[in-house]
Amino acid sequence: MSTQSHPMADGFPTWTGGPLRQTRPFYWSVRRELQENRYLSIMPLAVAGVALFGFFIATIGRALASPDLAQRRAVLEEPYHFVTALIMGAAFLPGIFYSLEALHGERRDRSILFWKSLPVSDLTAVLSKLSIPLVFLPLFSFAIVLGVESTMLSISSLVLRANGVNAGPLWTSFFQSMGTLLYHLLTVHMLWYAPVYAYLLLVSSWAKRAVFLWAGLPALAIFAIEKMTFGSTHFLGYLGYRLSGPEPFDMDAASKVPMEAMTHLSLARFLTTPGLWGGMVFAAIFIFGAVRLRRSQGPI
Amino acid sequence: MTIIEAHGLRKTFGANIALNGVDFHIEEGRIVGLIGPNGAGKSTALNAILGLTPFEGQLKVLGRDPWTERDVLMRDVCFISDVALLPRWARVSQLLEYVEGVHPRFDRAKAEAFLAKTSIQRGSKVRDLSKGMVAQLHLALVMAIDARLLVLDEPTLGLDILYRKQFYDSLLNDYFDRSRTIIVTTHQVEEVQHVLTDLMFIQQGRIVLSNSMDEVEARYAEVLVSPENLSAARALRPIYERQSLGRSILLFDQASDRSQLAALGEVHTPSIADLFVAVMTHQTLGSQGSANRASANRASAKQGQGATQ
Repeated sequence: MSTQSHPMADGFPTWTGGPLRQTRPFYWSVRRELQENRYLSIMPLAVAGVALFGFFIATIGRALASPDLAQRRAVLEEPYHFVTALIMGAAFLPGIFYSLEALHGERRDRSILFWKSLPVSDLTAVLSKLSIPLVFLPLFSFAIVLGVESTMLSISSLVLRANGVNAGPLWTSFFQSMGTLLYHLLTVHMLWYAPVYAYLLLVSSWAKRAVFLWAGLPALAIFAIEKMTFGSTHFLGYLGYRLSGPEPFDMDAASKVPMEAMTHLSLARFLTTPGLWGGMVFAAIFIFGAVRLRRSQGPI
Repeated sequence: MTIIEAHGLRKTFGANIALNGVDFHIEEGRIVGLIGPNGAGKSTALNAILGLTPFEGQLKVLGRDPWTERDVLMRDVCFISDVALLPRWARVSQLLEYVEGVHPRFDRAKAEAFLAKTSIQRGSKVRDLSKGMVAQLHLALVMAIDARLLVLDEPTLGLDILYRKQFYDSLLNDYFDRSRTIIVTTHQVEEVQHVLTDLMFIQQGRIVLSNSMDEVEARYAEVLVSPENLSAARALRPIYERQSLGRSILLFDQASDRSQLAALGEVHTPSIADLFVAVMTHQTLGSQGSANRASANRASAKQGQGATQ
């Protein structure tokens, strides 16, 4: 195209541009995810509020009504594991929902064109989305559990002290369980579940609609083919193993709180579990796929 | 300086050829109108320029490959694809914060100053703004970025005439400083006519016209021909003829001899809309003519073969 002759372009200095300001694309990408998906923080907080309310009404009420001191103490010790599981569940389920929606929603509402008009790479975008279920939700739910249960324990301590009982052992047990919970979150939720969330993001970046169904379809198909061809359910067993933690999958153990599966595993043993590294390889492949798909995908 | 350089740019979607090996280059400081009918390949060309779609051939934007270096390129390139793509859940203040957080060339004070001229509240959500206000907000964000290239793909689609006029006025008065380059596609060609420095028509994946506005003025002429001069005017082989209020209007390409045309009637420079219709119709008729000729040749060749058998 010949554009040299037009007078408007003549005699003007060329564009120079000022110095580039320092930016934090990853931080701001995570922050905007949290702004967009407020349910991620609201749901665990709401469940924590309900748990705390239940503790005040039911547990304290039952404890005060118990005539026996030992029974009163047993009632006060009772709800901690349940509250932990409740808050963790309230963080885990939104994490699944979020991962399925994260790369699909921005294509559905066309906002992907706005996000792509900014100097943020597809890798940064995908990793920031992955960090929500892998890093934010575990740490946020841990902070909530810590806050809720330390409040519950402070009140229990007051009740016990009023009855002349030392609450010290309760605090010792509380700190131990918090340590175990943190260990569980760091290993299982942040590392062991990485391929699960990465897979959900991959499906989210690929599917045009019904992301939930597309995510479940391959697992269902593999299970059905294996069952009809060989009569076995190894794949189902593997799925259970991946979702429950790095211990041989046992249907009887499924009712246990997931945390318990990890308590007797040392960090060294966890880090040498082949399933961990195999999962990491799959997670890397899924992330790579999600980044490539996001690069070429536009509005649906 | 060349901002965009394309050689043999080609893009297909299955059997459909969206871009058919086009060549073009765009220099710094231009406002280029990329005009074409629906499905002509405008958006595909812009998407390739913006790194939103892979392509065949060679394409450099500010010296970079847009497909592999989109995120780096976006430090110096801005685009508005249409008015409805800002995230609807976001508050105005959140968008300002976010763009400030990720864009090294964004000047928040400038964006705030643009917004101060509008009735947009910082606490409002995008979903609560009217279409025109969303366009104003997007423009405020874009104009606060010290970008070298701005790409506008139907930026005023669905807006009323007041907002459309305001949009282009702001763009010219507050943004364009002749060291920047702007590419705009729109169907409302009359509204950008006074803004453009260059014109590119695209049809069926090919660039069928590419000139500066000065060249367009020199090259094309529209003559309001009186009935008695019509056959003489037609003899000069106009590329397009239409009727208006009982008079014939003929459009000529390579109309260098204006005095000859002036003898036939009133001579004007055609509007972009009229030129667009003329060039598109001429191209379509031309290609239909070629196709018809090819088909006639094939038919006669077949007949010839039949005769020899």
